[in-house]
Amino acid sequence: MINERYYPLLATLAVCALLYGYGIYEHRAFSDTYVLGNLLTDNAFLIVTAIGMTFVILSGGIDLSVGSMIAFVGVLMAELVGGFGLHPLAAVVIAMIVGTGFGGFMGYLINKFDIQPFIITLAGMFFLRGMCFVINLDSVPISHSFVSDFGSFRIPLPGRGWLSASALVMLAAVIVGIVIAHYTRFGRNVYAIGGDRQSAELLGIPVGRTTVQVYALSGLFSSLAGVVFAFYTASAYPLAAVGVELDAIAAVVIGGTLLTGGMGFVIGTFFGGIIMGVIQTLISFDGSLNSWWTKIMIGALLFGFIVLQRLITRSFSGLRAGAG
Amino acid sequence: MTGLEDRKNQRKTTMPFSVKLNRQWLGPVIALLLIIIGNGIISPGFFTIRIVDGHLYGSLVDIVHRGASTVLVAVGMAIVIGTRGIDLSVGSIIAICGAVTAVLIRDTSLSPFVILLIALAAGIVCGLWNGMLVAYLDIQPIIATLILMVAGRGIAQMITGGQIVTFHGPFFEAIGSGYLLGIPWRVIIAAVLIAGLWAVMRKTALGLFVESVGGNARASRLAGIDARGIKVLAYVISGLCSAMAGVIIAADIRGADANNAGLWLELDAILAVVIGGAALMGGRFYLGLTVIGVLIIQALTTGILLSGLPSQYTLIVKAAVVMVVLLVQAPKARDMILRAMQRKKS
Repeated sequence: MINERYYPLLATLAVCALLYGYGIYEHRAFSDTYVLGNLLTDNAFLIVTAIGMTFVILSGGIDLSVGSMIAFVGVLMAELVGGFGLHPLAAVVIAMIVGTGFGGFMGYLINKFDIQPFIITLAGMFFLRGMCFVINLDSVPISHSFVSDFGSFRIPLPGRGWLSASALVMLAAVIVGIVIAHYTRFGRNVYAIGGDRQSAELLGIPVGRTTVQVYALSGLFSSLAGVVFAFYTASAYPLAAVGVELDAIAAVVIGGTLLTGGMGFVIGTFFGGIIMGVIQTLISFDGSLNSWWTKIMIGALLFGFIVLQRLITRSFSGLRAGAG
Repeated sequence: MTGLEDRKNQRKTTMPFSVKLNRQWLGPVIALLLIIIGNGIISPGFFTIRIVDGHLYGSLVDIVHRGASTVLVAVGMAIVIGTRGIDLSVGSIIAICGAVTAVLIRDTSLSPFVILLIALAAGIVCGLWNGMLVAYLDIQPIIATLILMVAGRGIAQMITGGQIVTFHGPFFEAIGSGYLLGIPWRVIIAAVLIAGLWAVMRKTALGLFVESVGGNARASRLAGIDARGIKVLAYVISGLCSAMAGVIIAADIRGADANNAGLWLELDAILAVVIGGAALMGGRFYLGLTVIGVLIIQALTTGILLSGLPSQYTLIVKAAVVMVVLLVQAPKARDMILRAMQRKKS
């Protein structure tokens, strides 16, 4: 018997394999590593954001500010590089410190004043988007030799494909995420708080500190996603990444993480993001389907996974009721 | 016992009116007045209301006019929040209903009134879907309505075929920008609908049921209230209100824009409800105060535009307002302030 908590992850893997298999069956070009490389590159920023979101959702919260954070980091870096003449790497460091600090500040408010994370991060989303507009209203290019080097860097894969620098950053972020989630005390604390906040507190787990850290971590990952996005597009646009917070939540849910917290895997989120990318690629390969089918398909998948989660948590509570 | 009775008596003697109600109204109303006075100082012509071509005309009228669609959404949202829910899909419902209206006008020769009814029915169906997920599948409201929020814009684009569908017709042009006795039609529609909702909620026990379900769904069920039915009803009302707002927005621009219609309106609506003093944890809602919340947001937006600040500051100001309101509302923050004040006294 497989442990019940692996069921959502297995469902995610099955859906991913089915969609990919269908793609290969329908279109011969789909099996090319070219498609795989593009999938990893195009969805890099989404997956990086979703990893941070995974921790937030595991702890039982939600972070709606990530999309605005991506745009804000881009605009801030463009200003630092273009306006102040900083080296892009210095701009990256500053942007990520600001992002982490802002996330931590939201976590502090949530913890200190016991306000719902949903509404605090909503205010954060407004604020960051507003800051983008204040810094810059137009789309500006980030032109620096480092940025173009980042864009043209690629490791060839067997076949016609290649791994871009964005994809490499994303894969590294996935590995870091897995290590944090499963091999650190912080990661275990996050699972404990999401599983049962009161029990965690009684067990002596620093609930308040961990909550702040979770949102700081989400800020760190979403600002990293902003860096990847800015380098990937080599430009900054204050209206960039509108709605990415919802895509990230969708990727986490499709990746099998329980929305009530306490159960899920970072690797699942990776596959959740890939599934969303595969749907998009399938629809663009097909040609006869229109782009809005992406949204409807993702909505349908979300529905399917949420119902699956309900069934699993029901069987859990059934077990508990039986034992008691 | 005596202490309690003393307190009761004291309240009776010193505060003859229903003080609780007054106190709740005081904050938002004062805030609204302050913002309006501030606007008046910034721009001297703010208070003048003229009659141009038989229409009321002026900044104050403009605030009410622009707020009409938001207020509809916010009132529906208030009832949903009353049941300890949230409806993120209102923007998508607006897009869907706008799309239905536009396509039906373009492709059929149905009477405009029938088209309006079909669009409202579409909103009700969306609300039913949300309500079913929340009430019968027990899915958290944020997530349940997230599904329609994501998929809804896709559905709206599917209906319009991915284009912006424009239309003409006296009936819908009247809804969007027409006047009756100098008052904009959209304001009248919003006022009538909200008055109807208020009557249903506050003149029957329905409002109490909503609040009891929001306070404790399980206890209400044990007390004989159909908690699931009430929840579904709340989302259906929200869907209906959003549908009406969607028709107004589509009629205003004489077209349906599946991508942008009602974008971010859910945030304004939630903000208005919170300014109106509702607890996000459910259990209470105030329709009148929500209306004032919308007016505050709208007056703030107008004020920022009048003050000559670039319009991009609107979002930051809104974020600051939410934060202040939340911190003032938070019981923990209140405790801290009280404790600090007591320390000062002693």
